[in-house]
Amino acid sequence: MGLFLAESFFWMLFPPYLIQRIIKQINFIGVKTTLVILLTGSFTGMVLALQIYYTLVKFGAEARLGSVVALSLIKELGPVICALMVAGRAGSALAAEIGIMRITEQIDALDAMALNPYKYLIIPNLIAGIISLPLLNFIFVTVGVFGGYTVGVGLMGLSSGTYFGGIRDFVDAGDILEGLYKSLSFGILITWISCYKGYFTGYGAEGVSKATTQAVVLSSVVILIWDYFMTSILVS
Amino acid sequence: MIEVVDLYKNFNDFKVLKGITLKVEKGQTMALIGGSGRGKSVLLKHIIGLLKPDSGKILIDNQDVSKLRGKKLRQLKERFGIVFQGGALFDSMTIFENVAFPLREKTKLNASQIRETAFKELAEVGLSGAENKYPAEISGGMKKRVALARCLVLNPEIILFDEPTTGLDPLIGKAIHNMIRSCQKRHNLTALIVTHEIPAIFPLVDRVAMLYEGKIIASGTPEEIETSKDPVVHQFVHGELEGPISIK
Repeated sequence: MGLFLAESFFWMLFPPYLIQRIIKQINFIGVKTTLVILLTGSFTGMVLALQIYYTLVKFGAEARLGSVVALSLIKELGPVICALMVAGRAGSALAAEIGIMRITEQIDALDAMALNPYKYLIIPNLIAGIISLPLLNFIFVTVGVFGGYTVGVGLMGLSSGTYFGGIRDFVDAGDILEGLYKSLSFGILITWISCYKGYFTGYGAEGVSKATTQAVVLSSVVILIWDYFMTSILVS
Repeated sequence: MIEVVDLYKNFNDFKVLKGITLKVEKGQTMALIGGSGRGKSVLLKHIIGLLKPDSGKILIDNQDVSKLRGKKLRQLKERFGIVFQGGALFDSMTIFENVAFPLREKTKLNASQIRETAFKELAEVGLSGAENKYPAEISGGMKKRVALARCLVLNPEIILFDEPTTGLDPLIGKAIHNMIRSCQKRHNLTALIVTHEIPAIFPLVDRVAMLYEGKIIASGTPEEIETSKDPVVHQFVHGELEGPISIK
């Protein structure tokens, strides 16, 4: 798998650069996942605010609601949940699409035309993943913060100034960068694993089915493991 | 000229090719016959450089395909065309886009020249009017013809066919055979056709080779193969159930 990724990055250095194909894959991985991200982001923010509010009340610290919700979303929940959603929606589809191309000899046809399959199938997805995940993460965090606002200010009666003031006081550029690094790396992980599983799929419908399942399961597990290691590096 | 010398290939413990030796002269058409799942398609994929042999040589005009890498391998592949068993059409593209794709990627033709060339090639295989359909919307015979058009559009010197008429009705099958023959004559192609269409393929080819148990056990003119005294060749060519070939 490591060799597969290394080869993909190697071929990324040489033309042709298939801009149209990259845009198409950004649309597939990014734009078409937006609705899912809007829904999951807003409800994650809302439930987070609800849970945290009642905990903070016990300490008389409910004024900190905005900052706790925002930091949780920016540093952790945003990148991770967003990545899990993309793995479930786009990762599985990528593995299936490339897997079907493999078993129907479409990849061999590309190769036989002396065209590099990495250029046409793998690299556009990797680049699309790298671009899409941070943008989706931005959307997730933004709607999540406003979801928290709806609960904190709309339902629990906090003032708007208290909610956003807390965010302004406690969230700094380092926190935002932490989320950005995570979502960038998750973008690579999801597309790498999904493309790899599709590219080296087994035979027939069963092979593609297994590849698709493995792509989602492995991506999800690796996202959580990688998140731990990234967090431990970034916080230290 | 294609020359395969003592080619071996195993997949895990399964020995597929066990010392294949085969020669196709320039401008010649050869039919490769043999039982299903015996390695004929594997041999084609070795010839075009999609698979690497465990040992042996595949010489194309004295260049060993298995030793070539990078630009030299790409240049060699550009001399080939291959029609895969299922057509291997790109299912996200229309018929026109499938035929235009190699022109877009491998030539410097402008959009109108590409359009003109692709339409002309599709007309040659009798598919005018189907340009905007997707592979899922056309029949098996049409898919094979699109694959043939896509293959011929870059004027290859050598063309490989992997069961071009399998699963088609006899009329479509014959039409495709005639198309292959006329293309071969018109462009003076060297062609290797993997087929089970025996004896229908015999009038269309210059030579026939038979693959059995990982080796070429017979090679000759269609007449020589049809009248062969070798019991294996005789049984296979005449489709007899009794004989040395077990159908278990």
